[in-house]
Amino acid sequence: MSQAFRLGSGGRIDRSASLRFRFDGQSFQGHPGDTLASALLANGVHLVGRSFKYHRPRGIMTAGSEEPNALVQLAPAKARTEPNVRATVVELKNGLVAESQNRWPSLGFDLGQLNDVLSPLFPAGFYYKTFMWPKAFWERVYEPRIRAIAGLGVAPAKPDPDRYLHRHAHCDVLVVGGGPAGIAAALEAGRSGKRVILVDEQAELGGGLLALPDAAVEGLDELAALPEVRVLTRTTCTGYYDHNYLVMLERVTDHLAEPDPDLPRQRLWRVRAGEVVLATGALERPLVFRGNDRPGVMLASAARAYVNRWAVRLGSRAVVFTNNDTAYAAAFDLHRAGIEVGCIVDVRPEPKGKLVAEARELGIRIRAGSVVTGTEGPLRVNQAVVAPLDQAGGIGGYLGTVEPCDLLLVSGGWNPNVGLFSQARGRLRFDDALAAFVTGDASLPREQRLRSVGGAAGDFSGFDAPPTPLLPIWAVPSDRRGKAFVDFQNDVTAKDLGLALTEGLRSIEHVKRFTTTGMGTDQGKTSNVNALAIVAETLAKPVAEVGTTTFRPPYVPVTFGALVGHSRGDLFDVERRTAMHDLAVARGAVFEDVGNWKRAWYFPKPGEDMHAAVVRETRQVREAGGILDASTLGKIDVQGRDARTFLNRVYTNAWSKLAPGMCRYGLMLRDDGMVYDDGVTACLDDRHFHMTTTTGGAPRVLAWLEDLLQTEWPELEVYLTSVTEQWATMAVNGPLAREILAPLVEDCDLAAEAFPHMAWRAARIAGVQGRIFRISFTGELAFEVNVPADQGAAVLAAILEVAEPRGVTLYGTETMHVLRAEKGFIIVGQETDGTTTPIDLGMDWIVAKKKGDFIGKRGLERPDLVAGDRKQLVGLLTKDQKTVLVEGAQVVATPTGRVPWPMLGHVTSAYASPNAGRPIALALVAGGHARHGQTLWVPMPGKRPIPVEITAPVFFDPENKRLHG
Amino acid sequence: MLLIPCPHCGPRAEVEFRCGGEAHVVRPAEPESASDEVWRDYLFVRKSPKGVHFERWNHAHGCQRWFNVARDTVSDEILAVYRMGEAPPEVGR
Repeated sequence: MSQAFRLGSGGRIDRSASLRFRFDGQSFQGHPGDTLASALLANGVHLVGRSFKYHRPRGIMTAGSEEPNALVQLAPAKARTEPNVRATVVELKNGLVAESQNRWPSLGFDLGQLNDVLSPLFPAGFYYKTFMWPKAFWERVYEPRIRAIAGLGVAPAKPDPDRYLHRHAHCDVLVVGGGPAGIAAALEAGRSGKRVILVDEQAELGGGLLALPDAAVEGLDELAALPEVRVLTRTTCTGYYDHNYLVMLERVTDHLAEPDPDLPRQRLWRVRAGEVVLATGALERPLVFRGNDRPGVMLASAARAYVNRWAVRLGSRAVVFTNNDTAYAAAFDLHRAGIEVGCIVDVRPEPKGKLVAEARELGIRIRAGSVVTGTEGPLRVNQAVVAPLDQAGGIGGYLGTVEPCDLLLVSGGWNPNVGLFSQARGRLRFDDALAAFVTGDASLPREQRLRSVGGAAGDFSGFDAPPTPLLPIWAVPSDRRGKAFVDFQNDVTAKDLGLALTEGLRSIEHVKRFTTTGMGTDQGKTSNVNALAIVAETLAKPVAEVGTTTFRPPYVPVTFGALVGHSRGDLFDVERRTAMHDLAVARGAVFEDVGNWKRAWYFPKPGEDMHAAVVRETRQVREAGGILDASTLGKIDVQGRDARTFLNRVYTNAWSKLAPGMCRYGLMLRDDGMVYDDGVTACLDDRHFHMTTTTGGAPRVLAWLEDLLQTEWPELEVYLTSVTEQWATMAVNGPLAREILAPLVEDCDLAAEAFPHMAWRAARIAGVQGRIFRISFTGELAFEVNVPADQGAAVLAAILEVAEPRGVTLYGTETMHVLRAEKGFIIVGQETDGTTTPIDLGMDWIVAKKKGDFIGKRGLERPDLVAGDRKQLVGLLTKDQKTVLVEGAQVVATPTGRVPWPMLGHVTSAYASPNAGRPIALALVAGGHARHGQTLWVPMPGKRPIPVEITAPVFFDPENKRLHG
Repeated sequence: MLLIPCPHCGPRAEVEFRCGGEAHVVRPAEPESASDEVWRDYLFVRKSPKGVHFERWNHAHGCQRWFNVARDTVSDEILAVYRMGEAPPEVGR
């Protein structure tokens, strides 16, 4: 289809090349340099969408990122589809496919339009009041229906195939906005040798200049030649955060039909700037009158851009409605481009000056002191009704005269674009001459070093027609009923704002949330000031007193992909693997995540499920033996003159007499007396200890100990080093443990007399120098072999070569849990939850009574911690000897009761235990230590409460005979 | 994101640090004889001022040293940075 509405000459488009694109299934052509919006207009398409709530026909209102109406779906139904894209910022490319949104069956004939007629049923906040009965209908009927009818585009259903990158940068000066003010600021900084980044969201620099006839942008060559100046076009600054930290979105390949596959689609920049210059310009705002949303109603500045920059013949007869001078310049440009300007309707009773004279010279009629009271036209404006204002600012019942037009330019004044300034915590001030919020002079936080220039600073001296003098008119009176829109994207009318105030809402933040004005993809860029002013007018308050709602990032919508960057799929998080990981994989291990670690969970044989594998493993360990990869336990090397003193202060038990060659189990508390971590620490020599922590607690325990040394006890000479990844640890457990290791171990006597329980020895294992600790987390005879991590796989392979023929197996963390629960050994974080003391756990034996102060000692004496009814660790045996309880289930005193049922505690661990011959469980139960032998109940949803017997938390080998082989 | 001047490394981005909460909380010298009230205040009672706040920060992903920061909780201005053990400085805008 030909571009029938393209002017014969002019514009910043490349007429030598044609680009094909489709909109709503129809094929069109445009030129390089076009946006989707300008190309549609050049083809005479003004109707591009339906509004959010009332399904009113909508057109293109702006020429920039502030567009509220012209939202389209790009690449519909494809993985790369993108909803709610503003047609005004989409650069045209060959093969582009776009669809209108929120209409059915078609854009021209939309059944949803019925909402417009039924709109008395849907005032602002209607969903808070209607559709309330019956209650269950909201979730099942009303909400799904409303969602289907209201709304915007369709979210992509497939994974995003594109790549996104993050980039961090520093600069001396960051200039946001590449109009004349921004270019001047960048040049000035660049000439002095500063590192400068200049960003602009458009494809080329120039900003507002590009909308002028025969635009000439100066300074670009010099800018390009300055070595320290980086210019980023197609880049929007979306957020201004603390301490001059800004986030910018660069659209790298969106404009290319066939992008280089090595390039990312978009790049998210995070910039720390020494100074920021906000040259973000100003945004024109519309006027609020009946039918101000019809296709063909357009901001005067946008019309000017479409005519001059994109050479679009926007219509055949235009009416201009303004309260300031800027729209006059637009009217002249239209006139010179051959578009008839029917009249300029100027709110001001006596407009004066050069522009007025020029209008008269050009023969353009000025209807001063008048307003457009409304428009008509089914799918595009076809007439405007004009009436003079009376003394009281009304129209005195005057019906007005009809001005036929297919284009209505509006200008309600200009808002300095202060969004980023406000995000930076700058205060705003209402300027009465501009009738707009401008940057205030109140001081910014000292780290926010910024200045605003040009239109963003309320300085309109660069305009060929500045917007002053201006006569504000916020809600234009009308002779008849009809909707006058304030927020176009959210279908908020002046009447809705009035309703919010009638409902008693006063704070502008509340009015915003009730009416939804200023929300959505445009965040009220065109609507906010009009909304505030109408609220102020209704309340008879100055606008300054009503204030603004908070400007929040992002300034424009940002693709999730850009925020996520590389952090998806395999790169989402770090995965830690032990030195023996591959051996476990080769034996068919199923892994579980413990922190960032992959730990072998269980090792199923063919045909085994998890339960069967764990039953076999737990039996095998106690009957023959088993080997656990325990490398993930945290290991901290503790050295220094005061190492022993330090251990005495951080553990509850005494460390003064632990001899070299021996180990001890220790419990760490916080100063409030609650259990924090546990592990075995070995004395290597008098000033050197090897501490172990839980797997999950390793980083925080090290950080906490370091904190204590630096801040609480700086007088202690102790050095801490994480050696978790230096050692591979394999725990060889079971009756055959000694026999398995004996043939592999040199320089070390494994015999019980020479190597007692809780001792450690240096040794060579399978030829590798390492350490063996005789410690046990299973209750079996056990040796923990530690070798340098890079030898771990070789040593384990050597051990398995001896072990496996004798029925000794590798086992995983699930079996480890069952075995330790059979012995009643706690796991910090499972039996404890930050509110559990060692006394609650029945571990009084480990809390030293005689030694001096330690962390948690005083805390344990707090009144609430010595009370007898605290939840205490007990064992639970299900009476039927079959049911395995569920971890987290509640424990109650009676089998029947009324909700809320008094809860005595909860199950912390529960397993089938082949070695005990029945299910076992651990639980924290109020006053549990005194309840041994009692029957309590565990209620489960949909089942009868399960009777359980309270026992001591040991289910196997209570005399600890097996520990000694 | 704050730019925090580590006294040992210089200005670094907030993500390199960990905040340790209020500074100058003194652990009673003789815990055994501290009353329940004194111990409660030491454990749980913290200031939450609107304005200048003295707090501990750790350069966790840098030198790992702890130090003190005086920060305005309203504006997020960093008014002073000083070493552990030093008295809080006089600060104001």
